[in-house]
Amino acid sequence: MTTKDRAPALGADGWFTTGDDPHLIGSRCDACGTYAFPKRSGWCPSPACRGTELIDTPLSRRGRIWSYTDAQYQPPAPFVCPPDAFEPFAIAAVELEAEGLVVLGQLVPGVGVNDVKVGDEVELAIGVLFADDTREHLVWQWRPTGGTR
Amino acid sequence: MSTDDVVVLGAGMHPWGKWGRNFVEYGLAAARTALDDAGVEWSDIDFVSGSSTMRNGYPGYVAGATFAQALGWTGCRVASSYAACASGATAIEAARMRILAGRSDVALVVGADTTPKGFLAPNAGDRPDDPDWLRFRLGGITNPSYFALYARRRMDVFGDTDEDFAAVKVKNARHGLGNPNARYRAETSVEEVLASPMVANPLRLLEICATSDGGAALVLCSADYARSHGVIDPVRVAAVSTVTPTYPNTIIEMPNLATDSSAVATAPERPFKASIAHAAYEEAGVGPEDLDVAEVYDLSCALELDWYEDIGLCAPGDAAKLIRNGDTMIGGRIPVNPSGGLACFGEAVPAQAIAQVCEVTWQLRGQAAGRQVDGAKVGITANQGLFGHGSSVLLVR
Ligand SMILES: [Zn+2]
Repeated sequence: MTTKDRAPALGADGWFTTGDDPHLIGSRCDACGTYAFPKRSGWCPSPACRGTELIDTPLSRRGRIWSYTDAQYQPPAPFVCPPDAFEPFAIAAVELEAEGLVVLGQLVPGVGVNDVKVGDEVELAIGVLFADDTREHLVWQWRPTGGTR
Repeated sequence: MSTDDVVVLGAGMHPWGKWGRNFVEYGLAAARTALDDAGVEWSDIDFVSGSSTMRNGYPGYVAGATFAQALGWTGCRVASSYAACASGATAIEAARMRILAGRSDVALVVGADTTPKGFLAPNAGDRPDDPDWLRFRLGGITNPSYFALYARRRMDVFGDTDEDFAAVKVKNARHGLGNPNARYRAETSVEEVLASPMVANPLRLLEICATSDGGAALVLCSADYARSHGVIDPVRVAAVSTVTPTYPNTIIEMPNLATDSSAVATAPERPFKASIAHAAYEEAGVGPEDLDVAEVYDLSCALELDWYEDIGLCAPGDAAKLIRNGDTMIGGRIPVNPSGGLACFGEAVPAQAIAQVCEVTWQLRGQAAGRQVDGAKVGITANQGLFGHGSSVLLVR
């Protein structure tokens, strides 16, 4: 059996690191210090800043759940799902305190809406969004750490 | 009535439904109804303002010209506006500004749509630079996902319940019973709503608005033009708010995957949705305490409760008390969505903000048979378009 390639899903190239302690990669304005995710280039998103140097920067691995939901029905394309293989999944919006960002993402498989509450701590994980014959398409996910507020 | 007022001379709609016909047909029917209501000939209209649709090919993008051609070319000025759910308000504002500038006397605003079944999905093709494509591809995050995030946060932070959300549907279903333009006209119960299938926890099928076909139109004119037509006490457009968010926008918003950062810049005094109505109140010189009626964008039942707070009917966190007390029922302190709202209409994107203004116009004229808010003199509409388009119209009689 051959091992499939693993690579970020189309659109998420350069958005996260993999390995034991994965991070999302955002950008930080060199002039004012504000953050953005997905990362930006060219100009700072703050109207009070004329910065043009936006530097790739790893974001906090841990955050707290701002809110959460799930998808009980298969979303439409461009969501990719093998025929008849749809499994409901959960989604969380996660507050990263240091960056002042709330970032959406799926919760890791097996974690549902009954397993989390607003304020719970989660950490970043890298999972498989979908796989085809040759490749696993990777995406960031959130995994509860067991910490509550 | 001051000479620099813009007034609503006519309002008209094509009933909402799933008719499966060309959107131009609905727009044309709504336009003719509005022109008849105004007592104005199409040939007298000097500006046509189209609210565009993205799901009907090129004729939808250039909606203003499409409707002008369908009504018969007259050489009048034209504009077409796209601002997602806020398209109608943007088209209204284009007409209002021409009238206020003295460049037009009487304008026609039209929006209509034919929509597919099910979830609204992005346009076809791989577009990894488009946030609307990315959220579906990377997260399977649909429009109901965002509505559900707001709903769940209400439950965990404010203690709202499933029954509170269902009660909004029950109220709106009752309001819409007598509305001839509504698509769904049937009473429902909290039990029936809660028994419908879960779509995006905590929201169930009957708590999320459908997509519909429909058309709505307005004839707007100057105060002088109305007077010359013998209309002395018309509904006036006291404000149109088309504001954008203020950085940093710290509430996660469709179709984005993240908020702006509040690490350096302080979050604005009002979140985006609250700033939409606030700008309308400021422009009109009235406040939420002056309102008699409101039409808000109940894409989900829980989102209607968010709007209660965002248009200033109560403090943040208190909206569920209003629905529990019956305050927002017709006959209550401040009726919301007497038309039946999106719960009874389903969403016809480019027509919806115009339809909200049609309803408030009929309410202020005392013509909302079967759903009339007694003595209504001041009304507001509120909604929000994808990517940061505010939409609120304040009407006074
Ligand atoms: Zn900056």
